[in-house]
Amino acid sequence: MSNALLIDFGSTYTKLRAFDLDARHLLATAQGPSTVTTDITIGMDLALKDLARKLGRMPKFKYRVACSSAAGGLKMVTIGLVKELTAEAARQAALGAGAKLVGTFSYRLTAQDVANIEALEPDIILLAGGTDGGNAEVVLHNAERLAKSSLVCPIIVACNRDVAEDIAKSLSAAGKPAILTENVMPSFGTLNIEPARVAIRQVFIDRIVHAKGIDKAAMMFDAVMMPTPAAVLEGARLLAEGTEQQKGLNDLLIVDIGGATTDVHSVAAGAPAREGVVQYGLPEPYLKRTVEGDLGMRHNARTIVETAGFVRFAARAGLSEGTLQAKLDEIVQDVERLPQSPEDVALDEALAWMAVRTAVVRHAGTTERVQTAHGPVIMQRGKDLSGVKTVIGTGGPLAHGATPASALKAVLADPADPFSLCPVSPALYIDTDYVLYAAGLLSTVEPDSALALALGSLRPIQDERRIHEPDPQSA
Amino acid sequence: MTVANNASSDRAVGPAINRTLVTGVIGSDTHIVGNRILALALEKAGFRVVSLGALTPAADFIKAAIETAADAILVSSLYGQGELDCRGFRDQCIETGLEEILLYVGGNLVVGKRSWEETEKTYLAMGFDRAFPPGTRTEQVIQSLNKDFAARAAGERIAR
Repeated sequence: MSNALLIDFGSTYTKLRAFDLDARHLLATAQGPSTVTTDITIGMDLALKDLARKLGRMPKFKYRVACSSAAGGLKMVTIGLVKELTAEAARQAALGAGAKLVGTFSYRLTAQDVANIEALEPDIILLAGGTDGGNAEVVLHNAERLAKSSLVCPIIVACNRDVAEDIAKSLSAAGKPAILTENVMPSFGTLNIEPARVAIRQVFIDRIVHAKGIDKAAMMFDAVMMPTPAAVLEGARLLAEGTEQQKGLNDLLIVDIGGATTDVHSVAAGAPAREGVVQYGLPEPYLKRTVEGDLGMRHNARTIVETAGFVRFAARAGLSEGTLQAKLDEIVQDVERLPQSPEDVALDEALAWMAVRTAVVRHAGTTERVQTAHGPVIMQRGKDLSGVKTVIGTGGPLAHGATPASALKAVLADPADPFSLCPVSPALYIDTDYVLYAAGLLSTVEPDSALALALGSLRPIQDERRIHEPDPQSA
Repeated sequence: MTVANNASSDRAVGPAINRTLVTGVIGSDTHIVGNRILALALEKAGFRVVSLGALTPAADFIKAAIETAADAILVSSLYGQGELDCRGFRDQCIETGLEEILLYVGGNLVVGKRSWEETEKTYLAMGFDRAFPPGTRTEQVIQSLNKDFAARAAGERIAR
């Protein structure tokens, strides 16, 4: 009998998923506190004890692989030339690698910009700029500024290949660890982010895991493979594409609501679904991840309410404005608070709904109608997700909320908006056991088992509208 | 499209070889065919061509030119609204650090009965280095590029 232990060193919890590789079923889930700031092994020990208690024994593990978002996650700064071009490509590469983006810069870095980057204390910098054979001057300038800075973090060089090698050499000469990789935009409008993603992940494994003290627990696992968001994205890819043995679910969308951010992952080409639609702007990655730092259920509850409009939000939640104000004050006081009263539940549901709605609308592409001499033309920027047939909700509020269906339904295209590119009629699922990260980790060694793990956790959600959801007319 | 047999008129020569050109159709204009033919001819002639396609806002020409360090921008406009779309084009180039970039415009640049001389004058006044009337052959554009890049190599703005 062989088992796999899949570990997530999170910022709040150390989570464990034990999976039976022969029977292909989840043995148990367990967790302990996150103790990375003191000694990571303490939380890991407690999590393992929890697991042993649930199973009545401690099984032997063939694999013990981990991902981590502890100690602030993988903090990255990206630098490019034009904001919408190489700077955007660099941003996409960092997000796709599971980074927590703390700063994005474009054009020439000023002395103030460099001071800002130093203050941000990134774990990795991704330096892009210029297509191959294109602008070299700006990225050379930016590299020189970085070379003279007090920064000590690794710098991944993914710029115009004409100067990339020289830049890597001069950064190394200045004492900065420089890693050379392919240009994120080798020719105009072509996105090439996979090599940069691989480079980021390698630096994460080689250096960041040690720098953050995660390898103190090295006796308790085989390897930390990637940042947690990258593991979730790998889990999403696996579910969509399947394996050689088993078909996947095809295009899908995953929404992950957390206390501090709402993440959206899509695995879809997103080409225009309607005939005659013209696509413009930079192509977006097939594996796309967006992070909304202003849409956390706890840390940004007030921002979510303000996004919707206070009065409208109160109406949707079915709370008086006074109660809403009081509840928000309570959340600000204690962000780890769990809902207790029916009002708390109503507030959380409305917060989740609004967070999902806003995050998915930002993630999906947009269309606009342009009048031409030949009549109107529809132009699309970003991904068309209207045809996506599978939407999965993960994360606490969706997995454990009273009415996950009502919150997850916020992904649906608004019938009143003919230009929406959000999913029109997908099947909705909840990742009940929060295993997407675990499936992503396991997919690196046993993809078929990993797919079984992910599929086993998906619970289709029924229509809860009649029971719980407020009449849409009043919202 | 006619295929020219004169080597000097269908090939980039001298300083023009391997220059990067950004081209596309500006504004709410869907007429892509002529611009596509031009782009193919320019590529075959030995230029690096960045094609932006139809319905391209002025700002996108400039962003592409910055990122690719382009040497020239060739703007097509076929639907008669070019004068509106191209207004301030050179100013935007100057604003973004592309003071010296070579700017061409071509197509059906105005509607109505204005003479070509008058139209050309309008576009040159807007800061375009050359304007091309309807029916221009691709070889003529290549010749102009050859002459202008040679002139630039000699320190002049364009060939006269």
